[in-house]
Amino acid sequence: MGFSRLNTTVEIKKIYNTINSKKVMPYIFVLPFIITFLLFFLYPMISSLIMSFQKILGPGDVTFIGLKNYRNLLNPHFYNALSVSFRYTFWTIAILIPLPLVLAVLLNNKLLRGRNIYRSALFMPALTSVIVAGVFFRLSFGGQATALFNQIIGVFGLEPIIWLQGKHTAMFVMVILCVWRWTGVNIIYFLAGLQAIPTELYEAADIDGANSLQKFLKITIPSLKPVTIYVITISIYGGLSMFTESFAYWADRSPGDIGLTMVGYIYQQGFTYNNFGFGAAIGITLLIIIIMINLIQLKLFGFFKED
Amino acid sequence: MVIKTKQNGLYISFIILALFFSIIFLSPFFFMLLASLRPGSEIMRNGISLRMQFNTMSLNSYKALFSENYRYFYWYKNSLIIVLIFTTLSLFFSSMVGYGLAVYNFKGKNLLFFLVLIVMMVPLQILLLPLFKLMVTLKLINTYMGVILPFAASPFAIFFFRQYIRGLPKELIEAARIDGCSEFKIFFIIIVPLMKPAFGAMTILQAMRSWNSFVWPLIVLRSTEKLTIPVGLSSLMTPYGNNYDMLMPGAVMSVIPIAIIFLLNQRAFIEGLTAGGIKQ
Repeated sequence: MGFSRLNTTVEIKKIYNTINSKKVMPYIFVLPFIITFLLFFLYPMISSLIMSFQKILGPGDVTFIGLKNYRNLLNPHFYNALSVSFRYTFWTIAILIPLPLVLAVLLNNKLLRGRNIYRSALFMPALTSVIVAGVFFRLSFGGQATALFNQIIGVFGLEPIIWLQGKHTAMFVMVILCVWRWTGVNIIYFLAGLQAIPTELYEAADIDGANSLQKFLKITIPSLKPVTIYVITISIYGGLSMFTESFAYWADRSPGDIGLTMVGYIYQQGFTYNNFGFGAAIGITLLIIIIMINLIQLKLFGFFKED
Repeated sequence: MVIKTKQNGLYISFIILALFFSIIFLSPFFFMLLASLRPGSEIMRNGISLRMQFNTMSLNSYKALFSENYRYFYWYKNSLIIVLIFTTLSLFFSSMVGYGLAVYNFKGKNLLFFLVLIVMMVPLQILLLPLFKLMVTLKLINTYMGVILPFAASPFAIFFFRQYIRGLPKELIEAARIDGCSEFKIFFIIIVPLMKPAFGAMTILQAMRSWNSFVWPLIVLRSTEKLTIPVGLSSLMTPYGNNYDMLMPGAVMSVIPIAIIFLLNQRAFIEGLTAGGIKQ
């Protein structure tokens, strides 16, 4: 009895020492990620790829149909979803870089007192969920003459607009929602970038007699390149995978598909029409598009250059 | 003298600009607050409007929100529980993985870090359907864990913690090892206390993300009493008319806790946002 107990203690100690070694420990630390990656990323990725070649009518009722789902992608709804997602991405980048950049420069100016208060005020919208922001914008973009934005344009003598029914106004209201929520976040990124620029650069420019505009164009803008690349990257990511903004206005069905995005199309096919195979094909296509754009972008910004 | 007036003029225009944008960006909160005090039928008729009718304003809808109608109370509770579990798990797992990647040298380390970046780059929305099927198989549909588990080891937080730990002095770890500390003890007793600022920043950021997250809870949660606030609010907007009496005060109440936390911990918010992303 006593002997075997001693043996067990020795065994346990041995096991403990193996686990505690620098060979095994690292894997225990990273285990949560390995499991998450295999179970919630790699497996769904593979299963998505397989599903995209299948017609799925229910559990057990699955037929392999080759590339048919991908051929079915060539339809007006899909083109429309592509167009909405890309236009949305374009407009959010077109607004959410210059506007926060200018505001960040303004808030970085030592002359302005109470800068932190302004910064907080501009950041507050980022605290809301898209749905809560959507509740506000949906009701403010109402078609009635009394709704907020119709009242505002009414001041300029314009007729009330039915915002949520037209193709261009639909894009406008989605972009506005995003700009409201996200300007403050990008301001914080740009402010961090601005504060990292060494003041000696500006002092040297002062000695050379440069004016404010020259300093802005020749020092500030080039120094902010890394931040700008980062902001563009997250804007592309967010823009192409946008779904909630559209859902907040129209749920899963917008008139004439004016709010249908790529991810909205996946959701609609999967959960409204129960068409999982086709939905998976849309997902894989979107993935390929995103990877390609990422690669092009990295190439353009010179990430593959060896220096 | 000339310079002084020029400076003054510039200064005033700065203030006007900053004030103008601050007011524009804050005004939706003000309008939501006002709308939440008005009867739902009026909002349905007029939308959110500049026209004020102070005589019809009351706190009635707030009272209804927390008394007559119990749905909102459940959503609030669900959101709180999910935020609490998600934030705890995500901080625990992500800091562990971040530590593993930051201090050890082992086979496959670079591959793992590369995979973290890959997961960060692929939007989860692409995997909605297969992940939903997986949740059905694992019987996690309509459960808190179904909402939480797939994203508990957050690549974003892992990346953040890894960067942070790499900045800590390595001599501390070596010294503890010589003293005979076990590897787990080194992490929990020595490193974790040093990571307080990083934990602070990530707690706030992850809690906010979880509180506001929409797409995944929308798919996993199926019955009314299990919904979170954003999913619940969106369920009030139906093609057959919206429940404005609950919608507006419900929206306002969902912003209030996160706004208070933000106003008390602004620095942590900003550190969490910038430290992970930007490496100049």
